[in-house]
Amino acid sequence: MAGERERDDITGTETTGHEWDGIKELDNPLPRWWLYIFYACIVASVIYWVLMPAWPLANSYTKGILDWSDRDNVAVEIQKLRGARAPMFARLAEASAADIAADPELQTFARAAGEAVFGDYCRTCHGAGGAGAPGYPVLADDVWIWGGSLSEIEHTLRVGVRADHPQTRFSQMPAFGRDGLLSPREVSDVTEYTISISAARTRLAPDAAAAGRGAAIYDAQCAICHGPSGAGDRSVGAPSLNDDLWLYGGSRDEIRRQIETGRAGVMPAWEARFDAGTLRALAYYVHEMGGGELDAAPAPTQSQAPPAAPE
Amino acid sequence: MNWTQRLRQRKAKRRPQRQNEAMSKVTLIPRKPEGEHAIDVRAVNSGEARALYKKREQIYPKLAHGLYRNLKWAAMIVLLAIYYVTPWLRWDRGDGRPDQAVLIDFEGRRFYFFFIELWPQEVYYFAGLLIMGAFAIFLSSALFGRVWCGYACPQTVWTDLYIYVERLIEGDRNARMRLDKAPMSPAKAAKKVTKHAIWLLIAAGTGGAWVFYFADAPTLLVNLSAGQASASAYISVVILTFTTYALAGTMREQVCTFMCPWPRIQAGMIDKDALSVTYRAARGEPRGAHKKGESWEGRGDCIDCRQCVAVCPQGIDIRDGDQLECINCALCIDACDGIMEKVGRPKGLIAYDSYANQSRLAKGEAPQIRLVRSRTILYAVLFVTVALMLVWALAARQTLDLNVIRDRSPPFVQLADGSVRNDYALKLINMSDRPRRLVVEVSGAPGLRLQAPSLDSDGRLHAAATADAVTSLRVHVAAAGLTGAHDIAFTIRDLDSGEVASSSAAFVAGGER
Repeated sequence: MAGERERDDITGTETTGHEWDGIKELDNPLPRWWLYIFYACIVASVIYWVLMPAWPLANSYTKGILDWSDRDNVAVEIQKLRGARAPMFARLAEASAADIAADPELQTFARAAGEAVFGDYCRTCHGAGGAGAPGYPVLADDVWIWGGSLSEIEHTLRVGVRADHPQTRFSQMPAFGRDGLLSPREVSDVTEYTISISAARTRLAPDAAAAGRGAAIYDAQCAICHGPSGAGDRSVGAPSLNDDLWLYGGSRDEIRRQIETGRAGVMPAWEARFDAGTLRALAYYVHEMGGGELDAAPAPTQSQAPPAAPE
Repeated sequence: MNWTQRLRQRKAKRRPQRQNEAMSKVTLIPRKPEGEHAIDVRAVNSGEARALYKKREQIYPKLAHGLYRNLKWAAMIVLLAIYYVTPWLRWDRGDGRPDQAVLIDFEGRRFYFFFIELWPQEVYYFAGLLIMGAFAIFLSSALFGRVWCGYACPQTVWTDLYIYVERLIEGDRNARMRLDKAPMSPAKAAKKVTKHAIWLLIAAGTGGAWVFYFADAPTLLVNLSAGQASASAYISVVILTFTTYALAGTMREQVCTFMCPWPRIQAGMIDKDALSVTYRAARGEPRGAHKKGESWEGRGDCIDCRQCVAVCPQGIDIRDGDQLECINCALCIDACDGIMEKVGRPKGLIAYDSYANQSRLAKGEAPQIRLVRSRTILYAVLFVTVALMLVWALAARQTLDLNVIRDRSPPFVQLADGSVRNDYALKLINMSDRPRRLVVEVSGAPGLRLQAPSLDSDGRLHAAATADAVTSLRVHVAAAGLTGAHDIAFTIRDLDSGEVASSSAAFVAGGER
């Protein structure tokens, strides 16, 4: 690449001696204004050091005489944003599910605010989009332990489950096996019976004889909470057993282990942490994940009827 | 002796040496031009004026007269008129819609061009325009060299305008040179101040006109003058005022020579048959002063008057051949033709000509102009093809569109009754200026059913799409007895116009459990 420096006839300029496929480069002078711009940049950087935070020191940094701090500015911006959002949260706190659905602006706000809070506080356990995990209920499906209407979801959010809130949702599944309430044989039998009344029976093919023996144990021990047909009871937080959705896993072993050990999870009570508007937004977001139910309250939401032709 | 005196002495010692260097350079300059039409001028990029960092040499372009000067005036007037007038053209689009013919509405995310309205996602139309622009420049370069640089580039147009103002106030080349050499006087100061003031006014007008493309021009004009326009409007005006003033007023040829990449790209665009501004050396050399009545035998037609250098806005000598500084403005052709007329030789010593013709001329062959060549045909065909594609795309453009985004987290949800549900975000894109009543349908796999609060009795989902907006709709689709992944399609149908848009999506049901 490097070659002879030659002189170009017309311009009288030397070439740089570099050559690429026969293309040679003239060693032309830089324009002087270009050099001055370079100097100006150096001067500007020195001015910048004086005005703005610039140099790292052992335990701090040079602050600059403008006292600029992005951290402080962000804090101010966040404060401003909170102020700007406050009226919407105040409206949300007063709004019912129907109100929210009827007001596109409020609905969009509730969704966005709910999604943000969910992402920060709920997703760790319940998964993105409410996908759930073993021991952490799926929120996107249509099965609810404590109720799936907006007000019930919000109440669960407020008081938590087995949390340190005076009115917290509380249910206790006994550890029938571990605590010796039932013998291992009886646990096996009631496991087979539970499978036989659930939608999992086609997939797990329960032992008919064992299920028959388990029926009596179920009626004596389980039916009081889970109901004689396994429909569950939301008033006491007893999950339904007649579908094929299982909080702690739906294999034979997993169903049996839950009867043995009676695991019970905890959800924090969020009432002290969030204001009413945020709680409403969060409840609305969870309610909208797909399994939300209508409020038991008399007024079914009129606004969700087919939209009229816009005039 | 204190340190300042010492420094001065040391500098004084060095100075004579430097002056010698300078002198030796000066002696390299060939003889002063002689002859009745000769003018004392030297190309700024000549080999004699070299240094590590090159101080800009002021160029005083002389006013040329002739065909190409007139073409340049015409181009300048037309292009500036287009630039300044366009934002003020009105186009009625109905109630509540902007009535500006050409408007780039960043806030509303729309681009309006007379009867065309484009959304941000239709930016490919601009890609098409840019491709057309590229082929147009390739084609024009292959045919006539750097006509873009010489006539149409904003740098050229505004520089031309600024030189016009300069000439109006300070006079032509000689007067301007005298003025710059003259000591400062009230008269000189008045001229300079007037010139820069007018330059700044033009610059502000340029920056001012620019912002009118981005907002309703009459409203913005009122707001700008009342001090109530947005900060970005003022900042844009200030920046463009500065760049116009600096680039057209003080930087001029430096922009073309040092900043613009186009001269370098240009080198690859021109072949031996491309016409560009050319000094016909075979006819002109050997050059030399010519006195009236002298014979033209045994010498070239160039009388070395350097008028071509004097009129050059780039300050170069076209007789040095094709060079990157040359913007092909052809003013040297005008200057030279004028001289040739005066000395009684045929015009066209400098002319639009090709490399091929130069070698033909040297060999005494007849010149040949080949505008139709494989590359010009290719460029023209590509240009027309892209243009037709754009027109076709515009003609077939639909104002109803549907985007479907499937929720991936969770990929699917199992329901209590054993069926599986997928969730989708639908974007109902209504690019028309009226609201629409739409019906959403899903198809592609057995047993798919929409789940939404607003289903009608037939299980169809109704939705209203706001005019000129995107309406979001969250939709659940459930199906029983499916496993694996299925290709499905969402369709939206306008109940009034019957227009249909659809989008494919996937329905995922997981495996057997």
